[in-house]
Amino acid sequence: MLWETVRLAFTAIIRNVLRSFLTVLGVVIGVAAVIAMVTVGQGSSVQVSSNVESLGTNVLVLRSGARMMGPGTRDTAPAFKLSDVEALRELTVLSAVAPVVSTSETAVYGNTNRATSITGTTAAYLDIGGWEIARGRSFTTLEDKSGANVCIIGETVRTALFGATDPTGETIRVKTISCEVIGLLVAKGAGSFGQDQDDIILMPVRTVQRRLIGDQDVASVSMKLASGVSSDRGISEIETLMRERRRIAIGEDDNFSVTDMKEIASMLGSINAVLTGLLSSVAAVSLLVGGIGIMNIMLVSVTERTREIGIRLAVGAQAGQVLMQFLVEAVVLSVIGGVIGILTGLGLAYVASGFMSIPFSPSVSVVALAFFFSAVVGVVFGYFPARAAARLDPIEALRHQ
Amino acid sequence: MSAPLIELRGITRTYGEGEAMVRALDGVDLIIREGEFVAIMGPSGSGKSTAMNIIGCLDRPSDGHYLFNGVEVATLDQDQRALLRRNYLGFVFQGFNLLARTTALENVELPLIYKGQPRAERVARAGAALMRVGLEGREDHAPSQLSGGQQQRVAIARALVGEPMVMLADEPTGNLDTKRSVEIMELLRQLNRDEGLTIVMVTHEEDMAAYASRLVVFTDGRVVRDEPVTEGAA
Repeated sequence: MLWETVRLAFTAIIRNVLRSFLTVLGVVIGVAAVIAMVTVGQGSSVQVSSNVESLGTNVLVLRSGARMMGPGTRDTAPAFKLSDVEALRELTVLSAVAPVVSTSETAVYGNTNRATSITGTTAAYLDIGGWEIARGRSFTTLEDKSGANVCIIGETVRTALFGATDPTGETIRVKTISCEVIGLLVAKGAGSFGQDQDDIILMPVRTVQRRLIGDQDVASVSMKLASGVSSDRGISEIETLMRERRRIAIGEDDNFSVTDMKEIASMLGSINAVLTGLLSSVAAVSLLVGGIGIMNIMLVSVTERTREIGIRLAVGAQAGQVLMQFLVEAVVLSVIGGVIGILTGLGLAYVASGFMSIPFSPSVSVVALAFFFSAVVGVVFGYFPARAAARLDPIEALRHQ
Repeated sequence: MSAPLIELRGITRTYGEGEAMVRALDGVDLIIREGEFVAIMGPSGSGKSTAMNIIGCLDRPSDGHYLFNGVEVATLDQDQRALLRRNYLGFVFQGFNLLARTTALENVELPLIYKGQPRAERVARAGAALMRVGLEGREDHAPSQLSGGQQQRVAIARALVGEPMVMLADEPTGNLDTKRSVEIMELLRQLNRDEGLTIVMVTHEEDMAAYASRLVVFTDGRVVRDEPVTEGAA
């Protein structure tokens, strides 16, 4: 009997395909929005945690300026010099130390060019940042020290300038310098903020300082903790050293900060969770509106099919059976809407993930939950119209034109 | 004489309350036996449709007793009356009341769905019922593809398919021209004579009432005439 009822529901739905589709559109949009939001949200948290892993939880960054900077305060704090980097290298709590100097320039190769970010650093940077060389090699110590005109390029830069060909051994021009491409980095994808991490050119720090920027400053220092050293201990040793080198009196505040990646990751994670939650609740509201849409159309349908209900009652249908018929119809409608919505949402999430370069990570539990909720919407919003149908008086219903 | 199939005793049906109360039926006594073909006539407002609704268990009397096959059914609740309709009654209406955009076969199958019969059996029985009313070959036609007379035949097949104890026809020829009306009445008379089907029919046309074996006339909620129909009138 239940199977008959479901079959009947399908017949009624197919009989008016366009209206059925418009009826469930609200649920489709609601479910699709929830699924897309949650899937993209999860993808980006997967991204954040994998970034943290790729950076390593043992990475520390030293920056000039106080921790919680107000606008303009950074300027008063002196920048680091390469001598600071040398001093940090002496600390046994650190296994790798790399200066970081950044600028933006246009790289030119033949008649193609690409505006990209240039990072001046040393070979240690690759180790700290978890970068691997896909082709060619890293900087030699000599290149690091002398400021040779060599560079390592990211995948995005390679694609822009060289297409699919091997860039190593070629020479590109950046501002006034010509530099030989000695290596290609393995692609990393998007970073925690959605930025393209592969849109980068690495050069020896001295090359960037002298030839591109024209000063001796080091903007920040990336460091990797030696194994078995807690980040608290590492931070405190770095702070002690830097306070000494920068001659900060006891009681005076630091004019630099040391951040560990865990801190940044957890901050990103919580921003992500708040955003996902917020967007999902907006999407949930549209699911509610979708449910009301179903109720509306089912009520119209009951009025329209009053005679049909009268006929069914006359041939011996019981009120409960009529109720069940309309309830099943509402549930079938909203479940169809739910399924379409789930597929649409996954599709949207897939496309969005591609654009945002984050992993597409559909969750079975979220899909199951969305399916369950769409069925619940059918039951809740179908019940009232179904009861209205079941309560019809057969004589009145048969007389209805 | 066979046992009473339908027995109305002092049936009263009132609508509204107090000053505005209307007595649609006012103490109706009526016995219909198995195998009878009863035509119910009367002016509009005479209570003939109300009586039909009560006999058909679509409505409940305000007072009085209704014994169907010897069982009191006046006090049954909605669902019990639905079961009674499902198992013992077949309805034919003036407006045919077929499901639109639904084939003749599926329309006829409808009562059997509620009887919980398996699909194969339903199709076989519905096909047989359509054959009984002379509609073989029209199984897949929707009502809109059938003439009025054919639609009413589908409705009759639907009333027959559950093998009811009585068929209730409410002005079955009201929407048909004379030629189709005669055909339908011939069919009903044939079902009554050849198969012994008990038929209760409401009509306002003398010509159609003439096909019945007994005529009951209502006026102001009472039975004012109850007599056998003289042979040869049609």
